[in-house]
Amino acid sequence: MRERKTIRKVLYHVLVLIFGFLMIYPVLWMISGSFKNNAEILRGTLSLIPKELVLTNYPNGWKGFGGTSFATFFFNSLIVTSVATFGTVISSSLVAYALSRIKFRGRNFWFTCMLATMMLPGQVIMIPQYLIYYRLHLVPGYVPLILPYFCGQAFFIYQMMQFMQGIPRELDEAAKIDGCSKYSIYARIILPLLKPAVVTTVIIQFYWKWDDYMGPLLYLSRPQSYTASIAIKLFADSASVTDFGAMFAMSTLSLVPVFLIFLFFNKYLVEGIGTSGLKG
Amino acid sequence: MNNKSNSSSEKLRTRFNSDTVVGHVFAAPFIFGFVCFSLIPICMSLYYAFTDYSLGNKQTVFVGLKNFTMLFKDEVFAKSIVITLKYVLMSVPMKLAFALLVAFVLTRKSKMVTLYRSLYYVPSLVGGSVAVALVWKQLFARKGLFNTLFTSIGLGRVNWFGDEKLAIYPLMLMAVWQFGSSMIIFAAGLKEIPTTYYEAAEIDGANGFQRFFKITMPCLSPIILYNLVMQTISAFMTFTQAFVITAGGPNNGTMLYALNVYNQAFKYNKMGYACAMSWVMLIVMSIITLAIFKSSKFWVFSESES
Repeated sequence: MRERKTIRKVLYHVLVLIFGFLMIYPVLWMISGSFKNNAEILRGTLSLIPKELVLTNYPNGWKGFGGTSFATFFFNSLIVTSVATFGTVISSSLVAYALSRIKFRGRNFWFTCMLATMMLPGQVIMIPQYLIYYRLHLVPGYVPLILPYFCGQAFFIYQMMQFMQGIPRELDEAAKIDGCSKYSIYARIILPLLKPAVVTTVIIQFYWKWDDYMGPLLYLSRPQSYTASIAIKLFADSASVTDFGAMFAMSTLSLVPVFLIFLFFNKYLVEGIGTSGLKG
Repeated sequence: MNNKSNSSSEKLRTRFNSDTVVGHVFAAPFIFGFVCFSLIPICMSLYYAFTDYSLGNKQTVFVGLKNFTMLFKDEVFAKSIVITLKYVLMSVPMKLAFALLVAFVLTRKSKMVTLYRSLYYVPSLVGGSVAVALVWKQLFARKGLFNTLFTSIGLGRVNWFGDEKLAIYPLMLMAVWQFGSSMIIFAAGLKEIPTTYYEAAEIDGANGFQRFFKITMPCLSPIILYNLVMQTISAFMTFTQAFVITAGGPNNGTMLYALNVYNQAFKYNKMGYACAMSWVMLIVMSIITLAIFKSSKFWVFSESES
């Protein structure tokens, strides 16, 4: 009986691991592809170990195209992503504070509007948004990629509001008696206590924005201003015979920040998704 | 005099600290963003849907319902509707079924389970990126990994992206592959189901299947509803994968709706027409979402009723 239980247990772990390996196989294949030569990749090999270790893919890919190297593309991505993430945290926490802690006229109305924007498919407003920026002479440029993130992101506002429900109101009351205004209650009480929700927001928003493809596709036109996601696609398209090894090398590099977040903040990431539900 | 100015500044201060002012100050970023980036664009989009607007034309002419009547004659539009519905109706249920199954399998109390969940979550984490889309394209290429696999087990090579009927399946598989985030939401829900339910069922002699369908499914139904709605919406908006992997081809066989809207607006500069298309999309999605919510009365189990 006991033996059977052990066998079942082992079988369970083996099956789960095999299936898990299959799940991440494409990703591993990409990483190994970055160390293979073109011929080997094009043969459609299943092997994850390169026949001949090619290390030149990375320097070759790094050169980029059109005289712009991937150093520029990654730098651009980093700037856009960091600024947008910073904006999301600040603006979303402000709005969440208003909607969850202040009883002002119109609160329910704005709360409903916020929920509505969460359900609104982005593509419906994509075209007019583009036209607005176009008329304001902001295309091409980074402003359309960044500005909306300073106006609060519904998904994170909602998540922060839920977190704020858990911060005892007695703290607000006590601060008020001590002479704190509503503004300093936000800065001194709520924001410091919001830290776990802020960490989750930073992580999720960072990798969403890092992966964003449609925004840069619409709003950037000079190679010097490209972000990594768009550069990789153009890199794959540019040469008549694509250098697949170099393409996979740059693809792998572009996923490094995401993997780092995953390794170090796995707990926050999984909790953030589990508690509030995440689409991506 | 001094006294008076003091009291007026005092007044200003109380007003500045009144809930109405504080609330609006803190909500200001959202209010500004909502008006500028949602409300005005929606109104503009509705207006343009009835015009022949395109970038650079001097005069925009009001054309009434012409854009909408043109849609019905547009073959690419018809094809993109069919292919998008097919994509959504096949990929979303499969994705959720996988997510639920794996979440259920990974509920054991073991330290390894956390690791396994992370492993199964990796595709969701990276799946939206261009990098992985390019890998996918290579996996299904003529001499790609899937064809190598097929020939090694004695099946012929399949020209995935050369056949308009087949090209959508790699895209669907890619969507299903990213079941990780739904799985984690399910796993969080599974944790909430009291173990006493299962213990009671076991005493009553219920087997694994009965326990799954009589306890797990009903208890999870609100979460299934949530995942179903969210995944349906995001499946309708799938863009990057189709754009990068197939660019809508061959012969529009993977012309997902969002890609079609993008092409009409930014490739052919038919802004008015594209706006009309996006409104049709919004209406179709609203109807489907509403239908899901309405149907939930029959299959979503809520605690308060029992």
